[in-house]
Amino acid sequence: MIGRAGSVVRVRAYLDHAATTPMRPQAVAAMLPFLTEAGCFGNPSGGHSVAREARRALDEARDSVARDLGCEPGEVVFTSGGTESDNLAVLGSHVATGGEVACSAVEHHAVLRACESARGTTVAVDDSGKLRIDALADALHPGVGVVSVMLANNEVGTIQPIAEVAAVVRDRAPGAILHTDAVAGVGWLDVAFAVGAADLVSVSAHKFGGPKGVGALVVRDNVRIEPRMLGGEQERGRRAGTHDVAGIVGMAAALSAATTGHGEQVTRTKLLRDRLAEGVLASVEGAFESAVPAGACPAHDREGKLVSSFHVRFDGIVAEELLYLLDEAGICASAGAACASGALEPSHVLLAMGLTPAEARSAVRFSLGVATTEAEIDHVLDVLPELVGRLRS
Amino acid sequence: MRVLVAMSGGVDSSVAAALLREQGHEVVGATLKLWGGDSDSGCCSVADVEDARRVAEQVGIVHHVFNFTDAFEEAVVRPYVEDHVAGRTPNPCIECNRRVKFGVLLGRARRLGFDLLATGHHARVARWPTGPRLLRGADRAKDQSYVLAMLGSRDLEHLIFPVGALTKAEVRARAARLGLRTAGKPDSQDVCFIGSQAGRGRFLAARTTLHPGELVDARSSTVVGTVPAVELVTLGQRRGLGAARDGKRRYALRVDVHARRVVVGSLDAAVACEVHVEAPTWVDRPLRRGERALAQTSAHGRPARCTWAGGSLRFEEPQRLVAPGQTVAFYDVQCPDAVVGAAVAA
Repeated sequence: MIGRAGSVVRVRAYLDHAATTPMRPQAVAAMLPFLTEAGCFGNPSGGHSVAREARRALDEARDSVARDLGCEPGEVVFTSGGTESDNLAVLGSHVATGGEVACSAVEHHAVLRACESARGTTVAVDDSGKLRIDALADALHPGVGVVSVMLANNEVGTIQPIAEVAAVVRDRAPGAILHTDAVAGVGWLDVAFAVGAADLVSVSAHKFGGPKGVGALVVRDNVRIEPRMLGGEQERGRRAGTHDVAGIVGMAAALSAATTGHGEQVTRTKLLRDRLAEGVLASVEGAFESAVPAGACPAHDREGKLVSSFHVRFDGIVAEELLYLLDEAGICASAGAACASGALEPSHVLLAMGLTPAEARSAVRFSLGVATTEAEIDHVLDVLPELVGRLRS
Repeated sequence: MRVLVAMSGGVDSSVAAALLREQGHEVVGATLKLWGGDSDSGCCSVADVEDARRVAEQVGIVHHVFNFTDAFEEAVVRPYVEDHVAGRTPNPCIECNRRVKFGVLLGRARRLGFDLLATGHHARVARWPTGPRLLRGADRAKDQSYVLAMLGSRDLEHLIFPVGALTKAEVRARAARLGLRTAGKPDSQDVCFIGSQAGRGRFLAARTTLHPGELVDARSSTVVGTVPAVELVTLGQRRGLGAARDGKRRYALRVDVHARRVVVGSLDAAVACEVHVEAPTWVDRPLRRGERALAQTSAHGRPARCTWAGGSLRFEEPQRLVAPGQTVAFYDVQCPDAVVGAAVAA
């Protein structure tokens, strides 16, 4: 990595796992044969021995993913990642049902833009980023064909009440397909529970230690969606295109590792996140943890958020500047979404939660992963107060 | 020294970054996202940011994108519209320099611990014993000291213009020698946020109401024509005003947006010896009343001898009319390359 003046910036704390994660060793090991070994390069749609070897790997990966997500293998549609899964879910069911689209105002852009393109409506959230069930009920009617509400928010970590959402959808828009974008939740939440409550569920491999460019959409057995990628008959006609066998195998291995170690990983990460959050709030004045209502007990309220997420706003600073100084100190964190040029835009999530644009520009997201260490957290706690102070002086 | 170089994705700032690196500075590049709206001028386009980033990679420096769209809207675009509504002729590039590049960006550079901010402007900062002075760029045809004339010595202390000592041809040759992808990129033109196709009229019409106006002959006081938008007429302007019966071109001698009237006349009437100005700024000390200077009233205009009269300047010879809102840059009579200060025509 080039640092300033060509010097090397040593990464001392990678706290941007919500953007992407390093690959789990199990995923790398599972993929390698399909990248390097003779006879492992086959196209699983073929009929000869090389194709059959690839087919076997694909079938096993599908079984494994289905087991970990709590669905049948035939319900797993492999895609190129979270964005494609979300697009396929929202637009594929919009076309199939002919019904209107409704989604929460804090969805990932992969859902939000798809909803916009179908002239759908967005449903308000409260100041903690949680979907307002009353607003959802108001927005729903029998003409709604798709409802999309994420399992957990990728920016601020707020967990959405999917069971309540499902109940309201059943009541107010019985014909609607319920999609949940579980991309941010895999590894931290019980995704099988979401699969049980929703009709469509998106996941993305690189958010839980798998490779980039591969994901899946769970399509429950009784649900019909129209494909968005047209071509071959792969994925039972729901998604055309030659399978990325290595990527799919890597995703299955990563998901399996995430599922096996789930309890231990959650406990450990939560301890580190709380250490970070409490350390920052104690040492920096004018620091406000996002999605925690004023006066609430932060520790208690964090129950409603991903254990991997600490989203915080610092009065009187611009996140762009703090991220710059953090980067210089070897700390990788992020804020909001970047536009095509790479410039930070004020987060639509924070604006939907009622923050002013200036407040939204002062917020930073630290997101932890399974490999995050105490030393990384302590490095942040060491340097952050001084950096914030410098920007305020 | 630690230097932040503003990289637009053009050839000048690309070479500026390369020169700073060659000189051994610690250099970081930043591209400003200024305009969030539509534009076919290529301003703030993804392609420009990509050019800047790729050049930074080639030169071996870290590159960042800073989002200053809010500051740009407030400090440049909104005043640009308001000035037109008030019948003034703004210079948005100067406002952008004053309030964005050498305002919020310079402030950010200081907060982030940089000693100097660099841009690709064709101008020079001379470190004189009395303090820093802004000088014209070595390439007189490309000199940009006019759009920087409002910088004071306290700003100049933190600024460096690495290509100011080079001609444009030398800049391009250097870029080509270094294999920079921006070596042959054409110079930027006109106001960055206004598309070349739609133009100023359409841009303003989308943000305010433009009014047709009548052209009144200065001598006869009779209406001799109309213009589609009085707000778009600049004092001294010739284009679009037609010709008198004797075939002589008409010039705008007075623009009254409230009365929606433009008084027109011949070229010999479109001159003045005195220009009232406001908001003067000085590099280090104000001109004294009665002190002589050279005044330049447009980006590439010819400097003219004048005397500072405090609140106005008197030219030794009549000059073309200066529209309200236009910047007047003052240069030193002893050292004609050195900027003394700037003011805005009232």
